[in-house]
Amino acid sequence: MSSEFRNTVRANLAKPEVRANFYRAMDGLMTRRLDQFPDKAELERLRTQSMAIRANALSKLPELLETLEANLTRNGIQVHWAETTDQANQIVLSILQKHNAKSIIKGKSMVSEEMGMNHFLEALGIECLESDLGEFIIQLDGETPSHIIMPAIHKNRVQIAKLFHEKFPDIPYTEDVDELTQMARRILRDKFYATTVGLSGVNFMVAETGTLCLVENEGNGRMSTTAPSVHIAVTGIEKVVESLSDVPPLLSILTRSATGQPITTYFNMISSPRKPGEKDGPEEVHLVLLDNGRSNIYSDPELLATLRCIRCGACINHCPVYVRIGGHSYGTVYPGPIGSILEPQKAGLDVHGELAQASTLCGACSEVCPVRIPIPSILNRLRYDGVRKDAANTNTVGSGKRRTLSEAATWKTWAWAATHPTIYHAGSTLATRFKGMLPTNLGAWTSVRSAPKLAESTLHQQAKNLGVDHE
Amino acid sequence: MSNTARANILARLREPQRPECGFSERDYLSRYDWDTAERVKRFTERMVAVRAEVHHATPETWLDVVSQVCAAKGLSNLLVSPETVLGKQLHAQAERFPALKTYDQPIESWKQELFYGVDAAFTGTTGGIAETGTLIVMPSVDEPRLMSLVPPVHIAVLEVDRLYTTFAEAVQAQGWVQAGMPTNALLISGPSKSADIEQTLAYGVHGPKELVVILI
Repeated sequence: MSSEFRNTVRANLAKPEVRANFYRAMDGLMTRRLDQFPDKAELERLRTQSMAIRANALSKLPELLETLEANLTRNGIQVHWAETTDQANQIVLSILQKHNAKSIIKGKSMVSEEMGMNHFLEALGIECLESDLGEFIIQLDGETPSHIIMPAIHKNRVQIAKLFHEKFPDIPYTEDVDELTQMARRILRDKFYATTVGLSGVNFMVAETGTLCLVENEGNGRMSTTAPSVHIAVTGIEKVVESLSDVPPLLSILTRSATGQPITTYFNMISSPRKPGEKDGPEEVHLVLLDNGRSNIYSDPELLATLRCIRCGACINHCPVYVRIGGHSYGTVYPGPIGSILEPQKAGLDVHGELAQASTLCGACSEVCPVRIPIPSILNRLRYDGVRKDAANTNTVGSGKRRTLSEAATWKTWAWAATHPTIYHAGSTLATRFKGMLPTNLGAWTSVRSAPKLAESTLHQQAKNLGVDHE
Repeated sequence: MSNTARANILARLREPQRPECGFSERDYLSRYDWDTAERVKRFTERMVAVRAEVHHATPETWLDVVSQVCAAKGLSNLLVSPETVLGKQLHAQAERFPALKTYDQPIESWKQELFYGVDAAFTGTTGGIAETGTLIVMPSVDEPRLMSLVPPVHIAVLEVDRLYTTFAEAVQAQGWVQAGMPTNALLISGPSKSADIEQTLAYGVHGPKELVVILI
């Protein structure tokens, strides 16, 4: 049985360099995270608190979005709403056109990846420059991010050195990380200087004060949101928190879970465009609120937990599947465990439902999730939604579309036999008589295991022989 | 279009029944018993761990420290506001420092010089956070946002009596909500860095390569 997903996985499993890069990277991230949480009891309290903050915000989502919008607007920030990525792209385009801008410099935004914004704008002759070092690297190579926090994690320094030398042949070849970084600094400084429109994502938005909060280490986020005369922020509707006091605990658990840092170099809190008398900062600040399937996820009380995500990437870092197949195998914007629950819900189980299958349900992800998203439960629920007969009873997009008659018939037969003891026992006794005739080659199952060997007699028979009374 | 989208999105979010929940766990506050000395020690450790320079000084000696730092780094100029309390003191002894520049026009008028001709900037801070080794900087009319971002060296003074234990404590003690949030509030926790190349730390990516903190 094969699909595009499985073929890609197989191909990526066979790349030792990629696998080595991911092993090294994930090991490092997991260790650094552990170092930040020496007190386990305290960690659990913080996780419960973070879950409570996000669950509280979601429980009041429409009201908080209205309060956020009112406060942002009062502060001078313009708020736009987009149901689809098409609408979001059109909003960004119209702002660029209003300012006759032919280029846009980007901080870092996964939502802009969701929008396919770079492709959309480039097709219209507008240059999109990535300024985050990892995004800059993969943009040079024409690739997509393989991780939500560290987009170039699949590349090692030699690959990056060769790439830089290929794209900037005037600069001598170097594998020194500092020199490569300084190259990027010089090139991008000119871009920050010259570009009129900057784009960023949003890590948290605070309804109480009308504030957009951004997390970063490099300074490119601050550059993209301060140097240009227009700043556009794009984000999902679920990223709002109720109060300013919600921010410190979330920030602390976010940075420690993501990269094992007590805090990132910069935490940037934007509440308005340039005010009269101020000498820098954008004259215009825009926020684009994107739905793209989130309001549908919101309608299901069990699946709603998906929206608590603060995009730390810890689940990705701890996933035994991700570390082996790599981010690009998923074929989606968000990879790993969060991608496996989010993407099928956004695009439909018929499109990405197979991602929910690619898990052993080991639970490593849910153990580290700072907001306690029960990822394995949700994966199970999505597997069920994919094959359920009563698709009308659930809002999940693509419900029932993964149901096949042969699988349904197999389970129905098993269920019938399991609920009719005489038949069941007759069947298992028969199996012990004919065990020599069972096939030992069961395709994929036995390619990595020995075939199961049936016993001489069934457990029921053995128990009876021993005089065990099962009443 | 945006208004229709807005109406549709909010309508969809209002459809499902929402449970009543208390969420009292939101208010949990990590407790530390750090006195001033401990806060200074922790702050310094965190800053040094990310390659920031930390100097301990007093209201009488901090100007000496700035002067020494500028000389040690071979700075040819220093961007300093003449309007702030600390900036005025610096300007009053201008001869001890490299050529002092001022950010007294909108960025559009002198962007080239700021981006390519300024060696270092000096700013004050509105507080600090010991737990994470963080400066709280709130840019203003006198000390604009790009001062602590563009020049390759950032020198900042932090008054120890405004060094809080945690971010939550700072927000509460300084009444950020009641005061209203400024245009831009910044937490700065070291020089700019990245680990995007093989998870190896490299400093001075886009923000300042060097951060010098003077505690008084």
